[in-house]
Amino acid sequence: MGLPPKATFPLSLLLLFFLFLVLSTSAQQEEFSEELLLKPLPDRKVLAHFHFQNEAPLAADSFARHHHLFPKSISQLVQKFHIKAMELSFTQGRWNYERWGGFDPISSHNAKPPGVELWAVFDVPLHLVDASWRNLTHSLSGLFCTSINFLESSTAYSSPEWAFQSALGSLRYGTLPREAVCTENLTPWLKLLPCRDKAGLSSLMDRPSIYRSFYHSQRLHLTMSSAASDGSRSGIILEQTLTVVLQPNDQNAGMSNVGEIKIQPSWSLSSIFGRKISGRCVLAKLSNVYLHADRGLVAQLETSQKNTAHFATNDTGPEDFRRNSGFELSVAPKRVLKELDKSSSVLYEYPIKEYKDIEQFDLGLMWEHPIVWSSPHAPFYASRFLVGSGNERGAIAISLKSTEMTQQLVANNIEDSCKLQVNVLQVVPWYVKVYYHTLQLLVDERPQVLTDFIERMRVSPSEDKVSPGMMELVLQVPCAMKSAVLSIEFDKGFLHIDEYPPDANQGFDIPSAIISFPDFHAGLQFYDKSQSKSPLLSKLQEKSPVLSYTEVLLVPLTTPDFSMPYNVITITCTIFALYFGSLLNVLRRRVGEEERLLKNKDAKKGVFLRQVLTNLSAKLRGKPLESTPSVSSSSSSSSSSFVSPKLILRVLLVAGIAIAWQYYSQ
Amino acid sequence: MAKKKKVSWFWTWVIGSVVLRLILIYFPENLNLSSRPEVSTPLTSLRRLAEGYWLKQLSVSPYAGSMYHGSPLLLTLLGPLTVKRIEGQPDHLLCSLVFVIADVVSAMLICAAGGKLQVAYSSSLQLLGLRDLSENSELLPSGDFAALVYLWNPFTIVACVGLSTSAVENLMIVLSLYGACSGLAPLAAFGWVMATHLSLYPAILIIPLILLLGYGPDAPPRKLFWQRNSLEVGTSSDICSEEKAKNQLKVADVFSWRPVVSFLLWTLLWSSYILVLCSIYVQQYGGLQELFKRTYGFILTIQDLSPNIGVLWYFFAEVFDFFRNFFLIVFHGNILLMLAPLALRLNHRPCFLAFVYIVISSMLKSYPSVGDSALYLGLLGLFAYELKDMQFSFFLLSGYVGVSLLSPVMHNLWIWRGTGNANFYFATAIAYACLQIILVVESVSAMLNHDRTLTKLCAAKAPPSMVAGISSSDYQNILLNAAPFFTPLLLPLHFPPPFPDLTILSLNLSKT
Repeated sequence: MGLPPKATFPLSLLLLFFLFLVLSTSAQQEEFSEELLLKPLPDRKVLAHFHFQNEAPLAADSFARHHHLFPKSISQLVQKFHIKAMELSFTQGRWNYERWGGFDPISSHNAKPPGVELWAVFDVPLHLVDASWRNLTHSLSGLFCTSINFLESSTAYSSPEWAFQSALGSLRYGTLPREAVCTENLTPWLKLLPCRDKAGLSSLMDRPSIYRSFYHSQRLHLTMSSAASDGSRSGIILEQTLTVVLQPNDQNAGMSNVGEIKIQPSWSLSSIFGRKISGRCVLAKLSNVYLHADRGLVAQLETSQKNTAHFATNDTGPEDFRRNSGFELSVAPKRVLKELDKSSSVLYEYPIKEYKDIEQFDLGLMWEHPIVWSSPHAPFYASRFLVGSGNERGAIAISLKSTEMTQQLVANNIEDSCKLQVNVLQVVPWYVKVYYHTLQLLVDERPQVLTDFIERMRVSPSEDKVSPGMMELVLQVPCAMKSAVLSIEFDKGFLHIDEYPPDANQGFDIPSAIISFPDFHAGLQFYDKSQSKSPLLSKLQEKSPVLSYTEVLLVPLTTPDFSMPYNVITITCTIFALYFGSLLNVLRRRVGEEERLLKNKDAKKGVFLRQVLTNLSAKLRGKPLESTPSVSSSSSSSSSSFVSPKLILRVLLVAGIAIAWQYYSQ
Repeated sequence: MAKKKKVSWFWTWVIGSVVLRLILIYFPENLNLSSRPEVSTPLTSLRRLAEGYWLKQLSVSPYAGSMYHGSPLLLTLLGPLTVKRIEGQPDHLLCSLVFVIADVVSAMLICAAGGKLQVAYSSSLQLLGLRDLSENSELLPSGDFAALVYLWNPFTIVACVGLSTSAVENLMIVLSLYGACSGLAPLAAFGWVMATHLSLYPAILIIPLILLLGYGPDAPPRKLFWQRNSLEVGTSSDICSEEKAKNQLKVADVFSWRPVVSFLLWTLLWSSYILVLCSIYVQQYGGLQELFKRTYGFILTIQDLSPNIGVLWYFFAEVFDFFRNFFLIVFHGNILLMLAPLALRLNHRPCFLAFVYIVISSMLKSYPSVGDSALYLGLLGLFAYELKDMQFSFFLLSGYVGVSLLSPVMHNLWIWRGTGNANFYFATAIAYACLQIILVVESVSAMLNHDRTLTKLCAAKAPPSMVAGISSSDYQNILLNAAPFFTPLLLPLHFPPPFPDLTILSLNLSKT
């Protein structure tokens, strides 16, 4: 051994230290958590919301680095296109804001427009944003087996400045309302999870039950957690959620009578998904299942408890919560979180780790009494519809209807000055040619002056075959308002036959409008004693503006006859030929001179023929041309007319044009 | 006394037409005429103009978005009127009034130009010694007739009530014609520059305008004067009459450069003035280049494929993309191709030449509307005397009536009811195009026949030796002398016209 023991010791210590450093950094910063939130919905359905969060540090040299848990493809995407934030969602079905609520964090984050929605904020100079966007769409379409690459064309995306999110020009937003979502989109999405769907909560994702659902939306949200002042935490947060609204099988459907209120169908994980949780994903730091009872339900439960006077003390042990007057849970929760406000929602927490003793975790909910409640609504219920008939013109109308929430606001506010801010973002494809000057606002069915209500407005009108039209509005409406209708007229465009999709008569989609209420924040403030922060909980507690999407509109456009191109071309050209020919004929006709001209022509032709014949015979005989005296005079004249300077000029002209054309085309 | 009566009769009809327009304006929603495809094209729709003005008020470029494609000057003039509302009155009352005034002014200008043409024509007929003919031509006051045809034409009324800006474009064209007829070079230049600025196609009217300023108003063929002159010189030895004849020759045959040069100078002045105004207006929005791209570029590349009464919208909706540029060139070339032959054949009748040019351009233009037809049908009235022997006039009239009744029906079937398809509407567009072709061909043919009869009448007066002396080659020489600036264009006239080859060529094109 060359090295003395004295020297090896500090070296090995150093090595150990580095090893520890490396291990500790990677172990600390690359984290994965899986969570599932279940929530009974008022209309006898169940919401299941899977939430997977993957965090990875972002080192400067991370191109070469290997991640332990974090999907490499995503980190490369982020690195390559300098993405600051991005969200991609695949949705089928429409979130029912009236029944399923529009005010809680789940609905304002996870209720998405049908089809594909993609937005991204880039960290590049403004003139490079479009190029980054185009590249990103192509990468994503490869990654998720979808036609996101259709968002590449400038007619498909827009750059809202403040109605959606404030990102100062580096935000791009695009939707594909008609994109069908299927398992082939789910599989690549699951591949990004460390355990895929082999273990943990994601093993619940039974494809038939997911795609049978009333609404499902799979979402991928990327954020770069910005470097704090100390510069230590700069990383990527990848948030993958799957929101499903399912109808549990109703076993005792036939038992309830018609007259009384039906009891809600009882359900369990195995009954709605057909599977049970058989353990957690070992790579996950956190693996929790939550059951959320929202405000309306809790309030109803409390009143019913008061009525029956079963509820003795306000002892908040787990067992009491397991069994209350309304429903019974099959598994006792480990923890119960209550919202800070009075009459607030309750969250039951089930860490999968703690239920090792049970073979398979199968949470079930058994209703005992029929309960009717309603989910919290956004201040206004927004919907959108088309006005008019025929294929020439129409109007888009966005209607806002007040909900019980604004009525409460009015009740709380005695003075009249209460105003609500409503942001509207409407993107319209170019073939719907919107006349922005026809924007009208009807408040409580009376036409109003726009400037009284519109605080800010930004319009970027659509340009044919180049960009979609976009309108961003900030409305200030009085709280006491019952309803408001914004309407705007449009002309339907006429497209080239190549621009129609294969099923042209189905119509074209106008993407959802986004209505947001920045004065309201959907956040549930839970009284949380424990130190361990669950990503889903922090997401629920995050204060975010209430957001809702309107319906996708289907606009039928007039179609030309697709089988006609050849006919149209030939008929039109015939008309042009008719015009040109007959007009030229009229111009050159000379009455009285025509006969003379014809005679001349005949004579010339005869002479020419004769000369050709004599020439030929002379050549055949091998003798020099002998001119017969009878022909000589006329032949000389005809030959001179044959090689006239006009003809030479003509030939030169044609040659010149040909040369010029050759030169030009080279 | 009779004349006074006639004048009062004329004014009654004019006032009647204005009253009719005002009544129609007060109909609710303008009878939905402003959204008819026959009336409002992307270039002439007032709704699009209002959108452009609204964008301008929002300090966005009025050409942002593909809505407005007209002139910025029109935007400044009509834009504020689209916003102003008078309580209890129709929305677009002020604009409608502007269009009514524009219509009446154009009618008055047509009337005045017609009067000038008639006086000039009868005097030139008298010079030729065809006194009975000149009296005949004076029987019908063609100016008044044309003005009334213009005012009472349903197309004009529909375009005016339907708030189409083509009324203003027509006014500018008529203004330039009137200016040229009465020898006012600045006015003619202003009208031409404005008309070209507003709708591009009137640019081809520069040829008839120059001819009109150079030779004076329409007259019988110049060779008749030449012939008559030599006849008179030959027969009378009187010095006085010789002088007179020489003067006549000068009047009839000499191309006067002075008004033409002043016209060109004024054109330069007006166009630079308008360009400066426009560049001030669009300074913040990309400058003149953007303006030309949005206006003339839009006209020439036919980007909007919404249906109109022309045939090009359907053609370009259906044609394969790689042929698009080729056909754009062919169709616009078709307008330019006939300019020179027509100018050569009709150079003694510049006003009629202008009429033919207007028909051709309104037939082949990218976004035709009934406003264009209204103009040429009004101008047709100016040549009522010369064209009295026109063939197919009844067929044409009934064709126009039939197409204008059928076209809305087909449009309704296709767009609103969904029971018909685009071919139904396209068929009426084809029929309309054919009618216009027949109109232009027959009118040119009738005018040439009229010239022939004049020649014959003159020949009957002259001794036969003189007439026989003028052969076709002499005729060409006269043309060469008469139109010095056409010398390069005259070249093809020496060859037999290549008509059969060209039809074959165009048929071949259609096959590809």
